Amino acid sequence: MAGKSNGRKAARGVVDPEREIERFITMEAALLDEWRLNEWFALFTEDARYWVPATDLPDGRPGLTLGLIDDDFARLRARVDRLLSRHAHREFPWSRTRRLITNVRIRETNGDEISAAASFLVYRIRSGHVDPYIGHYEYVFRRVGDELKIRSRSAILDLEALEPHATVSFIL
Amino acid sequence: MNTENLIAEDRERHLFRVHRSVMTSEEILATEREQIFDRCWLYIGHESEVEHPGDFHRREVAGRPLIFIRGKDNVVRVFHNSCTHWGAKVCRVDHGTADTFQCFYHAWTFNNLGRLVGIPDAGGYPPDFDRDELALRQPPRVSNYRGLYFVSFDPDVEPLDQYLGAAREYMDLILDQSEAGMRIVSGTQLYTVRANWKLIATNSLDTYHAPPLHTTYFSYMAKFKGSDIGSETKSSSMGGGGIGRSLGNGHGVGESSPGGLARPIAHWHPMFGEAARGEIAQIRARIVERFGEERAWRMCDTFRLFLIYPNLVFHDAMAITLRYFEPAGPDAVRMTVWAMAPKDESDAQLERRLNNFVSFLGPGGFAHPDDLEAVESCQDGFRSHEIEWSDFSRGLCREPELMDELPMRAFWRKWHAQMMGIPRTAQVDDPPRNGFASHQSAGK
Repeated sequence: MAGKSNGRKAARGVVDPEREIERFITMEAALLDEWRLNEWFALFTEDARYWVPATDLPDGRPGLTLGLIDDDFARLRARVDRLLSRHAHREFPWSRTRRLITNVRIRETNGDEISAAASFLVYRIRSGHVDPYIGHYEYVFRRVGDELKIRSRSAILDLEALEPHATVSFIL
Repeated sequence: MNTENLIAEDRERHLFRVHRSVMTSEEILATEREQIFDRCWLYIGHESEVEHPGDFHRREVAGRPLIFIRGKDNVVRVFHNSCTHWGAKVCRVDHGTADTFQCFYHAWTFNNLGRLVGIPDAGGYPPDFDRDELALRQPPRVSNYRGLYFVSFDPDVEPLDQYLGAAREYMDLILDQSEAGMRIVSGTQLYTVRANWKLIATNSLDTYHAPPLHTTYFSYMAKFKGSDIGSETKSSSMGGGGIGRSLGNGHGVGESSPGGLARPIAHWHPMFGEAARGEIAQIRARIVERFGEERAWRMCDTFRLFLIYPNLVFHDAMAITLRYFEPAGPDAVRMTVWAMAPKDESDAQLERRLNNFVSFLGPGGFAHPDDLEAVESCQDGFRSHEIEWSDFSRGLCREPELMDELPMRAFWRKWHAQMMGIPRTAQVDDPPRNGFASHQSAGK
């Protein structure tokens, strides 16, 4: 099960980096599917950004183009708090989610930072509907001490529109 | 079909009710398509999206696949995206720049003025074969108000200026925000909601729901150090202050103070950061210079949410939003949402604007997803069809306040008149009360 030993504190040089990233992402997915959002939030660096571009502009740029979600560290904290409150009505009660993440590959290693990509199929199940979110992640990880942290996390949808999903109300 | 009894208004008891079948019935939707969507002016796009000759965007309006394009003669036109030969789409990308469109089926070619300029093996047609008749078809009416383009499928529709009427003033308050002009920002929020399209219209005009539904957004904004949110927000921005108005013809507006919320033009808030104070003050000063203190106050220090009947909403609030929506079934509505910004806005200011936009609005904001949960929940609740009516009476018994349902009643009255086939002069405003006319009729 997801735990601190599972990738987060992998010893350098022992684990294949691609495998290390894959284990990290698998652990992250479990935290999200289990709604352990405070533990998930602890994975981020303080200069982190979480970005979900518009479906018609997957290569859009935060701050320059309109997207769906553009969180810095403070707003990500607020997003987690919102979802953990009973007042995020779209997610109260919480939806069930199941994340299938695959095709993990490292794009680039640059000093302490590793860029990686992975494909996702995330199901959201709620109120009699099953809505699949299809796309890929672009991550930038940073090594902080012996830990891997997320500096940037983009969830880029292949969907042409959120039809019929309407929202990205959980953490995608 | 009998549409007369779909709305029940009892003036003596100050009641206004809408029959819930209008949100669930296929037959009603078919009538709406004929009586409303085929007769009104409907928004298609802004001139900034087709800035140069040949620039185009595909759009869907009233269920028709259309091309919104600037021709090489610099005239903005709208074409049906259907080959006049057998019907295939002549344009199969969402946007771009093109001199010609060649149908991939039989390679008929049309230029960006819509003319049929190429037919392979033209010898198969007689010499007097009329190519003009086979030009890309245009909707009968296309018009624009200061660069905002609308189409109508009714050749006899009233002129656009007359149709927009009093709503033009509210569009001006947006369009005047920059001397360089306004533009649509790249990136479109596209989503479909499992609810009737009219639930989006009424939700967009409603502020009564804000304090209970959007508490998490207000808490987020209140956390910024130095924020004056709290008492002021609840009492003015989303509360007792401000006013809801009918703008005639089914259009309506809610206008209020931003309270403790942020407005890029030009109401500073701690979430913008100290560094932004100077720039925002400068923007405001220039608007005061151009329009005087009173109008500048409206443009910079008030929020407006308004509906251009039947299906276009402007939020001139924490950012500028254009929200277009149309039915995809009785219980489904397809939404297209754009951000508008001054053409000459600095990168820093644009970032603040977009940041403020997505914090509240859109499929991933801190507020709008809960609006969508609410309208979908209503739609689901309509399955209990024994509960026949939804109540829109709020404020009928008093001089209406911001959180009252007056603008929604104006929408419903216009809707009802159109469904019954009553001509365009239908009275949409609340009746005069207690011997004095309510403010919105007084302005006529």
